[in-house]
Amino acid sequence: MSAEALTCHEVIELLSDYIEGVLTADDHRRVDEHLALCDGCATYLEQMRETIRLSGMVSEDHVPEPEKSALLDAFRDWRR
Amino acid sequence: MRAMPEQQVVASSPDAAVIARLLQGDETTFIMLVDQHQPAMLRLAQMYVSSRAVAEEAVQEAWIGILKGLPSFEARSSLRTWMYKIVTNVAKTRGVREGRSLPFSSLSRDDDADPIDPSWFQGPDDPFPGGWRTFPDDWRGIPEDRLLGRETLDHISRALDAMPAMQAEVVRLRDVLGWSSDEVCNALDLTETNQRVLLHRGRSRIRRDLDTYLSEGRDR
Repeated sequence: MSAEALTCHEVIELLSDYIEGVLTADDHRRVDEHLALCDGCATYLEQMRETIRLSGMVSEDHVPEPEKSALLDAFRDWRR
Repeated sequence: MRAMPEQQVVASSPDAAVIARLLQGDETTFIMLVDQHQPAMLRLAQMYVSSRAVAEEAVQEAWIGILKGLPSFEARSSLRTWMYKIVTNVAKTRGVREGRSLPFSSLSRDDDADPIDPSWFQGPDDPFPGGWRTFPDDWRGIPEDRLLGRETLDHISRALDAMPAMQAEVVRLRDVLGWSSDEVCNALDLTETNQRVLLHRGRSRIRRDLDTYLSEGRDR
């Protein structure tokens, strides 16, 4: 265990991977230890989670009708 | 409907249902699929070709390829992953024909500044090198109707539009559309590591832009 404590800057760079659950067990534990003691990083983590939640509310562009009807024609051709 | 022996049911059931309806010629299902995927397919195609018009042709060609391939779709991946791969292949072929190089330039662009600003943190001569100079704002006091308001979501869309194309597409597929990382790696032909780096940068960028917007007019 090469446990030098992480700085805030280092923790911030790891938080997306931390949320993804793809850090090594050792890194995950070091981030946990830091978050338990650092309000700034805990707040940042909360912001990242909120960013992901809000991104899920963004809607996709919608497809113009002429494009749709051209594709529907292709679908009908395919059926023949 | 006849029951099938279990090992023959290869496609995951929502995919299998969609495919069955398409094969029966169900236009509503087809239009639903177009609504869901056309915008992302166009963006994807545009990474490989020179213009919006060529991208539209490529996606149209891809749809025809998708329909033709549907009866033999083997469900080794999800339906949408397979569909996007077809778009990527068609668009790449067109791009090569146009003499355009592959889109890896879009992985890193000069204007893609680090969304985590080193100046937020203390320098080597400060008491806590690498520690915050000022803690980030707590968003928890912000009313939900402001957070979910049109303007907030517009800031996210604008941040996505300003990002390098591949980075934006990873964030859109993962966080806007809710795909899994495996699906995204497959569909966009990225390694797991690349996908993670792009997601991290993209999310950090959106967070930064949101923070700038949300902290306007707040007591700090």
